[in-house]
Amino acid sequence: MPCKSIEILVGLFVSLCIAAIFFLALQVSNFSALQDNGSYTLIAHFENVGGLKSKALVSMAGVPIGRVADISFDPDNYDALVKLRIDARYNKMPSDTSASILTSGLLGDKYIGLTPGGLNEFLQEGDTIELTQSALVLERMISQFLFNSSDKDK
Amino acid sequence: MKLLQTIGQSSLKFLAKLGRSSLFLISILTGLAYTLSRPNLLIKQLYSIGVLTFWLIAISGLFVGMVLGLQGVYTLSTFGAESSLGIMVAASLVRELGPVVSALLFAGRAGSALTAEIGLMKATDQLSAMEMMAIDPLKYIIAPRFFAGFISLPLLAALFSAVGVLGGYLAGVELLSVDSGSYWSQMQSTIDFHDDIINGIIKSIIFAWLVSWIALFEGYDALPTSAGISRATTRTVVNSAFAILLFDFLLTALMYGEP
Repeated sequence: MPCKSIEILVGLFVSLCIAAIFFLALQVSNFSALQDNGSYTLIAHFENVGGLKSKALVSMAGVPIGRVADISFDPDNYDALVKLRIDARYNKMPSDTSASILTSGLLGDKYIGLTPGGLNEFLQEGDTIELTQSALVLERMISQFLFNSSDKDK
Repeated sequence: MKLLQTIGQSSLKFLAKLGRSSLFLISILTGLAYTLSRPNLLIKQLYSIGVLTFWLIAISGLFVGMVLGLQGVYTLSTFGAESSLGIMVAASLVRELGPVVSALLFAGRAGSALTAEIGLMKATDQLSAMEMMAIDPLKYIIAPRFFAGFISLPLLAALFSAVGVLGGYLAGVELLSVDSGSYWSQMQSTIDFHDDIINGIIKSIIFAWLVSWIALFEGYDALPTSAGISRATTRTVVNSAFAILLFDFLLTALMYGEP
């Protein structure tokens, strides 16, 4: 039956290629990390985001718990308004949690690290994280260092 | 005067061809229901277009991935960033090389065969014989080939990318001892399913449409002589390559143009 063997080969071809798509989705991309358990949004104001990008990781204790959804400029306060999308599994963030922009490695990507507070009230959808620490900008640190050392010389 | 006439003539010819090919495409698309109601025709074409291109795509993908791995390690090691090899290999394969190179190979392997086949059918009056028997050759012969190409190429492009990522792993990790953990983990943290993989698949769907359309139309439009068929086959490969690269630029500008 030549016709049957052709059908089998086509079936093998299609299933191998679909397996390749699954391989790309699961092994190559962050598809599995994006597994949607639902999420809630928090807002944080930063004086300077210094190269933070949307989709950057939000982590607590070094474990990724969400992503940066959106970064925009807030014209009322003249600072950066960052929206964080946090996985709904982690819905017990104390309301005095603080957020800081950190760098992974010396020259790596910027991410947001959350440090839990001690209050017994929890952050809800749309709440604002009050305590924030903005990104360290290398040029500013260097100029501060230079000014300090030249002051000492006098 | 003569120059103006030549320019006018060739642009009119081009417009006429574009018009004919659009009519051709429309009549193929109306043949979709006919093709779907006769899956045997489609399966036969999937075999000759897709399955027979499988090994070409798989082996080229492996070697392209391995070359990317070797070159990537060579270049990245000057910055001490070999651990980013996975990102480089996967991003370049999934976004660009997978869709584009597999479409070029597909045009050379399957597109030229389609053109020659249809051209020869026309030259030996098989198409007119079918019309005589009240069978529409556009529906019976051409539409199944078009949809088989349309289905095969995106699948083959995904295969190319997947095999290429494995090839990069072989060259970078097994041969040049980049750390296996950082190869996969950096890749997974950077490659986005929607932005990279889905966009790559959209690209290859558009390339599939272009290549099948060009190949079938050139065959159908060929002069029914041996010289005409050979010229049509050449035109298929050249025009497909041109169209693929042009559309690749336009799609990339649309998808990744704004940071």
